[in-house]
Amino acid sequence: MAATTAFKTVAPSSAAAAAVRGNRRRRAARSAAVTCALAVAVFALFVVTMMVGSFRLGAWEVIASVLHLRDDPSVDFVVRGLRLPTAASAVTVGLALGASGTIFQQLLRNPLASPDFVGITSGASLAAVSGIVLLQASGLVVSGLALGGAIVASLAMYLLAWRDGVTGYRFILIGIGVAVFFEGLVGYVLSRAQLYEARQAMHWLTGSVGQASSDELRLLAGALIVLLPVAVLLQRPLRALELGDDAARALGTRTELSRAGLLAVAVVLVALAVAVAGPIAFVALVAGPIANRLLGPATGGVVAAALTGAALLLTADLVAVHLMPTPLPTGVVTGAVGAPYLLWLLATTNRQGAGG
Amino acid sequence: MSAPSRYATRTAPRRARRALALGPGLAVLCAVLAVVAFLSVTQGSRSIGLSDVLRALGSLDNDGSITSTVTLELRVPRTLLGILVGAALGVAGAILQGVTRNPLADAGIMGINSGAAAFVVFAITVLGVRGVGVYVWFAFIGAAGALVLVYAIASLGREGATPVKLALAGAAVTAGLASVTTGIVMTNVDALNELRFWQVGSLAGRYAPILVGVAPFLLVALAVSMFFGRALNGLALGEDVARGLGQHVTRTRAAAFAVVAVLAGAATAACGPIVFVGLVVPHLARFICGPDYRWILPYSMLLAPIVLLLADVVGRVVAAPDELQVGVVLGVVGAPAFVAIVRYARLSEV
Repeated sequence: MAATTAFKTVAPSSAAAAAVRGNRRRRAARSAAVTCALAVAVFALFVVTMMVGSFRLGAWEVIASVLHLRDDPSVDFVVRGLRLPTAASAVTVGLALGASGTIFQQLLRNPLASPDFVGITSGASLAAVSGIVLLQASGLVVSGLALGGAIVASLAMYLLAWRDGVTGYRFILIGIGVAVFFEGLVGYVLSRAQLYEARQAMHWLTGSVGQASSDELRLLAGALIVLLPVAVLLQRPLRALELGDDAARALGTRTELSRAGLLAVAVVLVALAVAVAGPIAFVALVAGPIANRLLGPATGGVVAAALTGAALLLTADLVAVHLMPTPLPTGVVTGAVGAPYLLWLLATTNRQGAGG
Repeated sequence: MSAPSRYATRTAPRRARRALALGPGLAVLCAVLAVVAFLSVTQGSRSIGLSDVLRALGSLDNDGSITSTVTLELRVPRTLLGILVGAALGVAGAILQGVTRNPLADAGIMGINSGAAAFVVFAITVLGVRGVGVYVWFAFIGAAGALVLVYAIASLGREGATPVKLALAGAAVTAGLASVTTGIVMTNVDALNELRFWQVGSLAGRYAPILVGVAPFLLVALAVSMFFGRALNGLALGEDVARGLGQHVTRTRAAAFAVVAVLAGAATAACGPIVFVGLVVPHLARFICGPDYRWILPYSMLLAPIVLLLADVVGRVVAAPDELQVGVVLGVVGAPAFVAIVRYARLSEV
């Protein structure tokens, strides 16, 4: 919904330059405004998550408690002990999923190519569930296993789909096949487990932000602090990649290097997110497109997509825990809401003739 | 054939030769199926000898010994169920591939099995339905609903329901339904215990009552499906040609989808969502018989139970004294097959 610039035919060259400059300014302004608005929304949801529950609190009480501005043992216990871990993991996991999803989609130039759709998440899940059930692992070991699983799955995808590049729908279909393969094995591991562990693992498989251990959470937060700026720095080459490999090369982008770097960032982020919360469905898939819709002409901001992911996940968690008759894993809500979106996406791209 | 053209004189003998080979081929497959069924009855965590099986089957009454109990109440119903469900999935896959002209069509990939599964879980946990004879109807509704939804969404746009669009719409429906199903199951520990194995797709623990519940539907639907050969051959030439040959394309498609919904729904109600049999077996059959659906359908009907029972036996032998669910064995073996089809098939038409 960009305001189209009306060209005045005075002096074409200077007028055109002015128009381009104006366009750029407007785009930058809009991008900044949207990103700030998203950040405010995420912060508000973050606070609300810590306010609601059986023990209601005011916004100021929550903020004061988190920042250690006041001492009130009972409030501190509820906020810092019970609700902060959940809220923090929702924010960090949402940021990681949003960033990772949008990077995948832009690299593969395909709105369906999110890590939860092409088998990377299921590879991480398989490794993590095997660790939980077979080795009684927990904490950082699970994170490490998830990372290993995600890397193996990405390599498998890359090798299997490598036929004149990794673009197009063939890649997505092979991803679905890889995902089914891993999910079959996950099902097997689950059926070998004791029921208590199975319940835990099942919970974990659906994805839920209310179960992170502080170690995993710290690792993910650290990774975000390091990797999000890296992703932003790699945005310029990313933009060039969207024009196609040849055009990007002509613009002086070292395509293979930037692509490998970006993929590495995306895989690490999604694996650590899976380790914290399990495979939460569809957030990675929808965050990027929603952010782009908000950004209008200034599409493709990794930060905006990450913030969108965080906002989505916080909302889904509020719904899953407080609006359902029994508290459910977050992934149930995101899956039930995300699937219709995906079908709609398919239907609309088909109508434009861009599908299959 | 009036006025034999060069084409006719060249192909008629070839067709006759093929029929000569394929007819006995069916008999060979029946023999193989019998052998595999025998394995399925005798192999497992307790090996049972041939003489014991024959004695148990010959008297057909349970004399109280462990051997005859295991044979009559577990192994035989399980084997029969495997044969029926396998045949249903294979034929459903072949019909779907023919109707959609799509090498990737299959009840599992198109989300039909997960539709049936979601409705069964809903019926069991939320409505408290018990007994396979009742919830099999929910499975039909779920299967038909998922099939119509996926096909409708994939048909939007210029090229109609391309293989890729069908597979993607199916994957989306499967993912959404799976999370709803999980959500229902999570809130109910008994249901979780009940459905954990069922969700993986398994022949274990499903005995005579389930067999009795689904067998009538499956037998009727299998019998009806054998008459679709000519119609599918017509559709394989493309919709316009089929219309030109005097087919009612829409009617054929609707009838075929109804049969598929019954086959896939009943199979899922009995054993949970079993993957990949319906995808890979028709390709095997096509490889053996060529493109004629009048042969592909019966071959799929015999090949699929062989594959399913073999997977079941392998799962029992490999993991003894436990067992691997047949769905897991098939997923692990079938996913690479799927990837191979995607990589090397011309994803245009069957």
